[in-house]
Amino acid sequence: MALETLISELTARIPPERLLQQRPQLAPYESDALTSLRARPRAVLLAGTQEEVIDAVRLCHAHRVPFVARGSGTSLSGGSLPIEDGIVIALNRLNRIIALDPRQRLAVVEPGIINLDVSRAAAPHGLYYAPDPSSQPICTIGGNVAFNSGGAHCLKYGMTANHVLGIKAVLPDGEVVQLGGASLETSGPDLTGFFVGSEGLFGVALEITLRLLPKPEAYRTILASYDSLAAAGQAVSDVVAAGLLPGAMEIMDRLAIEAAEASVNAGYPRDAAALLIVELEGEAVEVDAEFAHLRRVIERSGAGEIRVAADEAERARIWKGRKGAFSAVGRLSPNYIVQDGVVPRSKLGEALQRIEALSAAHGTRVANVFHAGDGNLHPLILYDGRVPGALERAEDLAGEIIHMCIELGGSITGEHGVGMEKRRHMPAMFSPDDLALMSSVRRAVDPLELANRGKMLPAGQTQVTAGQHEQAVTDHG
Amino acid sequence: MADRLAPVAVEHVAQVQEAVRAFDRVTVRGSGTKPALAIAPSYDRAQPLDLRGLRGIVEYEPQEYTFTARAGTPLAEVNDLLAANGQYLPFDPVLVEAGATLGGTVASGLSGSGRLRYGGVRDFILGVRFVDGSGATVQGGGKVVKNAAGFDFPKLLTGSIGRLGVIVEVSFKVFPAPPAYRSLLVHFPSFSPALEAIYALTTQPFDLVALDLLPGDEPTGAKEGWTLALRIGGAKALLASRLDRVQRILAAGDAVSSPAGDAEASFWREAAEFAWAPAAANLVKVALTPTQIPALESRLVATPVPCRYTVAGNVLWIAWPDALAKLDSILNELGLAGVVVRGQATVPWIGRAPTSAFARRIKSALDPHDKFAPLYPD
Repeated sequence: MALETLISELTARIPPERLLQQRPQLAPYESDALTSLRARPRAVLLAGTQEEVIDAVRLCHAHRVPFVARGSGTSLSGGSLPIEDGIVIALNRLNRIIALDPRQRLAVVEPGIINLDVSRAAAPHGLYYAPDPSSQPICTIGGNVAFNSGGAHCLKYGMTANHVLGIKAVLPDGEVVQLGGASLETSGPDLTGFFVGSEGLFGVALEITLRLLPKPEAYRTILASYDSLAAAGQAVSDVVAAGLLPGAMEIMDRLAIEAAEASVNAGYPRDAAALLIVELEGEAVEVDAEFAHLRRVIERSGAGEIRVAADEAERARIWKGRKGAFSAVGRLSPNYIVQDGVVPRSKLGEALQRIEALSAAHGTRVANVFHAGDGNLHPLILYDGRVPGALERAEDLAGEIIHMCIELGGSITGEHGVGMEKRRHMPAMFSPDDLALMSSVRRAVDPLELANRGKMLPAGQTQVTAGQHEQAVTDHG
Repeated sequence: MADRLAPVAVEHVAQVQEAVRAFDRVTVRGSGTKPALAIAPSYDRAQPLDLRGLRGIVEYEPQEYTFTARAGTPLAEVNDLLAANGQYLPFDPVLVEAGATLGGTVASGLSGSGRLRYGGVRDFILGVRFVDGSGATVQGGGKVVKNAAGFDFPKLLTGSIGRLGVIVEVSFKVFPAPPAYRSLLVHFPSFSPALEAIYALTTQPFDLVALDLLPGDEPTGAKEGWTLALRIGGAKALLASRLDRVQRILAAGDAVSSPAGDAEASFWREAAEFAWAPAAANLVKVALTPTQIPALESRLVATPVPCRYTVAGNVLWIAWPDALAKLDSILNELGLAGVVVRGQATVPWIGRAPTSAFARRIKSALDPHDKFAPLYPD
């Protein structure tokens, strides 16, 4: 059998402590941050070198065994869910910084390096790596590249793709390619940008060239409370209409505030229905002038309490509550689904009201924490997985929220990717022709569909034609 | 060349689909401001599609910082509309006055000096609608500022020079425009200290809009040395003090001029129109990094040609007066790749041959019947 031949070939090459095959060893890899889905791989390879990754991909190709590359397993969309009886190639040990070039503001890294470790290494040179997903203390750059991760600063700075200049990758048949390079510019199609966000379907990134930025000289952070989510959303529109370009604008609702307070004691006003955090960054004189402008806008926006971070400690505390909000919500509920839809910013108020109504109609609690500057919602749908049918009800509500985002002209995902979780919603956002071309591209790169099989493209996508949307249902139940 | 087919004047997307299905070979043109990008010797008999009639802004919500427009829309029209709302295209499009269209700008992937601040075309494109080689209309990306759904066709089509599909509509992110600009021109007697100045400036937390390096003494017109041209933007009242700070980290004693107002604006407008490049010369863009420049300069010093390093030493624009074979061999030797935008090339690519394994597979999916010219020569 091909699978067992593959396993014996891997066993001959890899010491047993780095080729996990026993059930207890495999358990931690059966799931990622989308914990409602599980699948048991045949084996997990803890890759020690790029050559081992290339070898493993070639062997998988030779024996037609599907594989999933995995970093820290923080995907909220099930993007690193293993394939049943496939191979997991774990990349955490490939965590070297191959080159750090402060003069040219470049870092060349391996995929297993943790996002925050790039900024830590760059810090002594006054530089940092801009994309900052909330999971940045644990998530890896390889995963960020695969899912084009975002964070709180995307309006001004863009997503992961905007910070990746070059990628050395092993394609699903074992061919190694270099896309892009070290220059901010290229000639020819932006293949690097195309690889980013391909959710592992194009193979495994082995070396990634990142653009670093000078750490902003000054930050000014303001926190304002509102008596409704709609009022906080309107304040965001006011800030944008004023011609300001904040580094970040974040909103949390009552449930999220409560959770953050209970968890990290950020000192947020507890009686607010919504909190808005706005942060400006840049050259000190400019930030000071813009901050005076921002403050006037916020003061006129009907805010209750307004707090200005007086120092770095206070700023850090404001952000600690926001960045810890997802895990804090874990205190309120045994389980939750994090949604990631995007709406045009001017429709934020409408979207939030509709989520509130949907939440009430379904009798399911929803906490809201979101990147307001980008219109990127993160409704956290709370449920108790021990109650039969609760997960299904939560998923139904999530689906309705996603369809609302599309109806308002937005997207099904801003930064978490499609993964397993949202692939059944792809036909609502993309036409059969759009999906057919994605599928052709996938098969042109990976005819055997070995690399992260089953992710992003709707199930049965290869057969999807006009009028057949209904068949595109997930097979995980 | 004389027997080239007359272009089809496209006004509707359906005409593009029909043409792609009906003809064996199809090429696309807009205003023809970057003619060398269309060069494909074996495709002389291709049916040209003129997309200038497929124009107009489809959606623009200033509060969203986004717009959607048809491919043939002139950039000048886009810029005017954005400016009326205090916004701009931060990637600083080139050849706007020459008539460049939005579709051609995406297909060429070219950005101007001002892309230093926030990024290039690839960083601001949000969505693309295009006709692929089977004649299907495909939408990639979206219209909102953040989106991670599906393969990133908007980025793939950026720089694809009409060889992966016919771009018919694009969506972009825009930003509030800086209310005012100031510039500084600093003359250096030789190349090396000018390059050091680039390193010094770009590793500091200055929000520079542009940082170019050009031969000669720009203000006096003398031929010696190099001129570093930098631009900042923002609130008018702060510009003078911000510029002072920037200037303080440059070596004392360098000759400095600080254009303002119309002179400042036209200095950068002329840069975006390549006013410095003789019309008869080959205009070539080379992607590189600052550390690669000294070796290149040592090869070019023997035959000084008009040129300009932009984006803090990440791009060289060069106006090569003679046959391109020599430049091609110099670039090849140094492992540099470029693209010929205007002039007498046999293919648009120059220098290091692009690694095409991944691109070839993508091309086969988007253009299975070779309706469009080959992406790279075989």
